[in-house]
Amino acid sequence: MSGLPCVRRIGPFAVQVTAAWAATVSTVWAQWAIDLQPPKAEFAQRIYDLHVLILLVCLGIFVVVFGAMFYALWRYRKSLGHTARPFHEHTAVEVAWTLIPFLILVAMAWPATQAVLMQKDTADPELTIKVTGYQWKWEYDYLTLGVKFMSSLATPREQIEGRAPKDAHYLLEVDAPMVVPVGKKVRLLLTANDVIHAWWVPALGVKQDAIPGFVREAWFRATEPGVYRGQCAELCGTGHAFMPIVVEVRTQEGFEAWLRERQLAQARAAAEAQQRFTLKELMARGERVYAAHCSACHQANGRGLPGVFPALAGSKLVLGPAAAHIDIVLNGRPGTAMAAFRNQLSDVELAAVITYERNTWGNAAGVVQPAEVKARR
Amino acid sequence: MDAHTAHAAAEPHGPPAGLMRWLTTTNHKDIGTLYLWFAAAMFLLGGVAAMLIRAELYQPGLQITHPDAFNQLTSLHGLIMIFGVIMPAFTGLANWQVPLMIGAPDMAFPRMNNLSFWLLPPAAVLLIGSAFVPGGAVGTGWTLYPPLFIQGGIGYDMAIFAIHLMGLSSILGAINIATTIVNLRAPGMRLMDMPMFIWTWLVTAFLLIAAMPVLAGAVTMLLMDRHFGTHFFDAAGGGDPVMFQHIFWFFGHPEVYILILPAFGIVSTVIPTFARKPLFGYRSMVYATVSIALLSFLVWAHHMFTVGMPAAAQLFFMYATMLIAVPTGVKVFNWVATLWRGSISFETPMLFALAFVCLFTIGGFSGLVLAMAPVDVQLHDTYYVVAHFHYVLVTGALFAIYAAVYYWLPKWTGHMYDERLARWHFWLSVISVNVLFFPMHFLGLAGMPRRIPDYALQFAAYNQIASIGGFVFGAAQILLAIVVFKAIRGGAPAPARVWEGAQGLEWTLPSPPPYHSFTTPLRMTP
Repeated sequence: MSGLPCVRRIGPFAVQVTAAWAATVSTVWAQWAIDLQPPKAEFAQRIYDLHVLILLVCLGIFVVVFGAMFYALWRYRKSLGHTARPFHEHTAVEVAWTLIPFLILVAMAWPATQAVLMQKDTADPELTIKVTGYQWKWEYDYLTLGVKFMSSLATPREQIEGRAPKDAHYLLEVDAPMVVPVGKKVRLLLTANDVIHAWWVPALGVKQDAIPGFVREAWFRATEPGVYRGQCAELCGTGHAFMPIVVEVRTQEGFEAWLRERQLAQARAAAEAQQRFTLKELMARGERVYAAHCSACHQANGRGLPGVFPALAGSKLVLGPAAAHIDIVLNGRPGTAMAAFRNQLSDVELAAVITYERNTWGNAAGVVQPAEVKARR
Repeated sequence: MDAHTAHAAAEPHGPPAGLMRWLTTTNHKDIGTLYLWFAAAMFLLGGVAAMLIRAELYQPGLQITHPDAFNQLTSLHGLIMIFGVIMPAFTGLANWQVPLMIGAPDMAFPRMNNLSFWLLPPAAVLLIGSAFVPGGAVGTGWTLYPPLFIQGGIGYDMAIFAIHLMGLSSILGAINIATTIVNLRAPGMRLMDMPMFIWTWLVTAFLLIAAMPVLAGAVTMLLMDRHFGTHFFDAAGGGDPVMFQHIFWFFGHPEVYILILPAFGIVSTVIPTFARKPLFGYRSMVYATVSIALLSFLVWAHHMFTVGMPAAAQLFFMYATMLIAVPTGVKVFNWVATLWRGSISFETPMLFALAFVCLFTIGGFSGLVLAMAPVDVQLHDTYYVVAHFHYVLVTGALFAIYAAVYYWLPKWTGHMYDERLARWHFWLSVISVNVLFFPMHFLGLAGMPRRIPDYALQFAAYNQIASIGGFVFGAAQILLAIVVFKAIRGGAPAPARVWEGAQGLEWTLPSPPPYHSFTTPLRMTP
């Protein structure tokens, strides 16, 4: 019994060591993974099983066919003095190797068909979220619950450009994740604002294109609480690699708590639009908005990319009357990558980012208040 | 043959000298050579783009390109390799070999032949030049999907015209090849006596004639949407962006077989030669080729399993796609049966052909995995797809072109190539190409999307390995250039029948063959 206190002391330490070891192993494991991500939703599990099955069938055929081929290459070498037997037809064999693959395929088609039907069954959802793809962020609208927000990349530019060490979830982290309850059938209604995007979270087994002007459906039922990460899967321009998706699966209570918090925050933001702000306040906020929504094209230094994306530093438009500047940010420029931000950003955010653009990189063109933005909507 | 050589020597109308020979030539061998050099030059450019892509992806973070430039690199790499390398290389091989293999004096339409080649350099100038105009080159990938395509600058219009020219060139070339095969065969050579390379090219020519106009239509609709106020692909005007994908892939999937059927023909020519046995199952090979071509028009939407089609469409395209595995399997089984009880030797053309059979089949298997619509949900637009089509197009189409070049180079130049250097080229290529592309399967499975200049940390290890494989593969291709230059400059003289087991009319002519191939009709006695 005298060993017990010792065990007690070692216990927490052992847990820590094990946890650290497990973390290292999981990172290393992730780097050398040779399989689909561990499925965390019903349909994802189905895909996983189907993939294992078809892979084994392929491996089996590969071993038989190339076993025969390499045996022939080794056994019938000219250097061994083997002379050729000039046969070139055998009807029975030819019929067999046409029919057998066909039957294998029919057998494979059966589970695949069931999976397709399961994937397309979006009936009876317990929660519906409208997902809108923008260049280059996602918007989540909890249709019946009055919650709607943007979700954009949280990785700082310094990490991307190699000026700061990259953190564990580099490029797979967002400022506001989608939050859903575990075990509930979540239906997504997907569309896009500008070009085609694709909403993809491997662990949840969902990849669905978001097509401007059309609404597509998808669904998932998460089996375990956790944070699941994915990315846009359809090339959508300059920022394609930089619009990740993060889904936080919570317990029902956790989900409801998050919902209340979100609803309160949205009410606060609505009230904010009536206020007047100082230059300093707007600049601080504008810098964040600019980094999330503008810097992919116009660049952090405001110089754009010559010939592709116009510079804002020293720009006639930015230094000119505020009304024109507000209009182009609100309405975009059709036929170019310049998006309309009227539905993407609040009046305060728009005022902040416009003020930021008008007073950075040597620009000095005064403050724009939320009320001015509101007036031009 | 004596009468033939005497005739050629007595003829005063040899080719003009210098540049004019190449600009005005109507000779199938000269034009074949032009096509092959054009493909080589484009391969260098597309290869440089590939090296830059792999250099950027060597580690996470942005190091050498801006994301916009990266998108242009991947798009140009794809367009150049497909329209500038594989297709012209196959057309070049057809120009050289079709008349030689069917006993014809030249192609059916020699002047059109000249035109179809000389449409290509302006197309290349437009495509490459688009990288240097404001807004840069196409950054949408080679698939050109709107609405992203609509956002682009003038470089995008240049790409449209480049595609028009290349498509026109392909259609003219295909008409020429099909007409030659149908009409200029040596008397007595029936369709079912034709070499497999001729059969596969005949089927390919019909695929080209059917598919290329569809692409021309699709890019013209893009042009209209961009400049003339139409809304074919814009929902706001009653159009549909997905309609472009249907039209594009209705061209795009037959295109896949345009890029691989001539490769099947080459491998079906090379393997019997070095197994010293006739091709096993000639008839079933022909039927398989034709059924693959027909099926290729019914499977286009398997490139679109994630656009949100109804279940019935998902199922139809899944079944049709799986069905293609049957005739493709027949081909692989026939090649293995050709090897069975042969007398096999391993010269470089054979090495590339054997690597083709093995590695193309890996691409076929990953194709079968992708054909399963539910599995494709995870794999669509990931590096798994990149791995799949590079196995099919690099270790498939490109390796077959290498096999063909080594196989017929002594015939073309009259000199044996340096076998030792060629083997170095083979072994370096075959090892590095697997280091390059095999890990991409794992990246795709683990969740790395394609067409991204920067990636999450868990993808770092395999990307680094793939990049190293890519650099070695790129460097190894310099050896091919050395082997070809050496063979052109000199070497052991090649006999008429270069390979012991070679069958076919091209081996009845001296190496190199006379300027006009067969000037007196042959009489085939089957």
